[in-house]
Amino acid sequence: MNTEAIKDLCYRMADDELILAHRHSEWTGLGPLLEEDIAFSSIAQDKLGHAQALYTIMHEHCGEPNADTIAFTREENAMRCSHFVELPNGEYDFSLVRHFLFDAAEYIRWTALIQSTVEPLAKLAQKIRGELKYHLYHAQTWMVQLGAKGNEESHLRMQSALHEAWPFAVGLFEPGKHEDSLIADGIFIGEHAAQERWLELVAELLQPSTLVTPHGVEPVYGGRKGYHTVYLKPLLDEMTEVYRVDPSAEW
Amino acid sequence: MTMITSLDPRVTRMQINPNQAEALEPKPELDQFQTFEVFHQGKSGAHHVHVGSVHAPNRELALLLAKEQYGRRGQTINLWVVNTRDVFTMSAEDSDVFTTTPEKMYRDVAAYMVRNKVEAFKNKKPDGTTE
Repeated sequence: MNTEAIKDLCYRMADDELILAHRHSEWTGLGPLLEEDIAFSSIAQDKLGHAQALYTIMHEHCGEPNADTIAFTREENAMRCSHFVELPNGEYDFSLVRHFLFDAAEYIRWTALIQSTVEPLAKLAQKIRGELKYHLYHAQTWMVQLGAKGNEESHLRMQSALHEAWPFAVGLFEPGKHEDSLIADGIFIGEHAAQERWLELVAELLQPSTLVTPHGVEPVYGGRKGYHTVYLKPLLDEMTEVYRVDPSAEW
Repeated sequence: MTMITSLDPRVTRMQINPNQAEALEPKPELDQFQTFEVFHQGKSGAHHVHVGSVHAPNRELALLLAKEQYGRRGQTINLWVVNTRDVFTMSAEDSDVFTTTPEKMYRDVAAYMVRNKVEAFKNKKPDGTTE
């Protein structure tokens, strides 16, 4: 088993899930509708669950420390999350657009991982399939609602959030160090192929929303190499605050 | 510091003059979303059971929000949402049409005295005689 390549892939995916789960959870209690508040918080919990499952796979199969240690004790430059998930929530339009673009990417990744030669990843992919389908359904329903069935303001807000988010969203597919062996060993389809499939899926799902995606934008890279935005450090400080008080505490 | 002038939170927090409460303008109609009634199916083949309602602008959003409200715990197979306005119902004062129904025991299975016959059938020997 190509441990280094698997770790590289899992860290990228899990750190994205962990940080976005935290961002999503910042809406808890502040969501625009009671029911939506609950739905968005549940989705945040699901994301956290995916991160935990990936950290656990690395703990059990790649010799990494346990999930809590990996999640809560790494320094900023050891994190492999993308800049996209680090950005502050902004207003609900941006959070929804990020949720949509990220979950479309997740859907592509995990669908491909069902075929992975790494058995624990393939099993996890099969298990969380329904959750991912729901997340994407939730996101797309809102894109169509606010893009095509709302009013001029809702359309403009969603379109402008989409433009703002786009370079960061494409940056999700920043290649890692082990792309070639991940593909050669049948572990993952690779970032390039994933991005192609994602572009197709996004275009298809956005069709009824009347929203359009920008062309020819330079993707924002750096997160996969440990370079992050100024927003990550304060997030990590807040997220790990309670854990750091007593790392040996039993929960 | 707000002075507590009434136990009615609307009076204190919203600073409504309790003497003028009747003069308040009613809110415009459809100021809030419509409501949709939610029916939950727990198992394959089971009936959909009415479990409550959700506020939503249309049925697509209603189904989405109902998923979270009524399908986030326990087992769910399917959900229905129906616009509350599409529920055709009797008026409350017409409930007297049911007043005498509980007396009509002859419509109730429990009212039929079949137990003796069932017991007799069970005790019957194959040759048709009884014990």
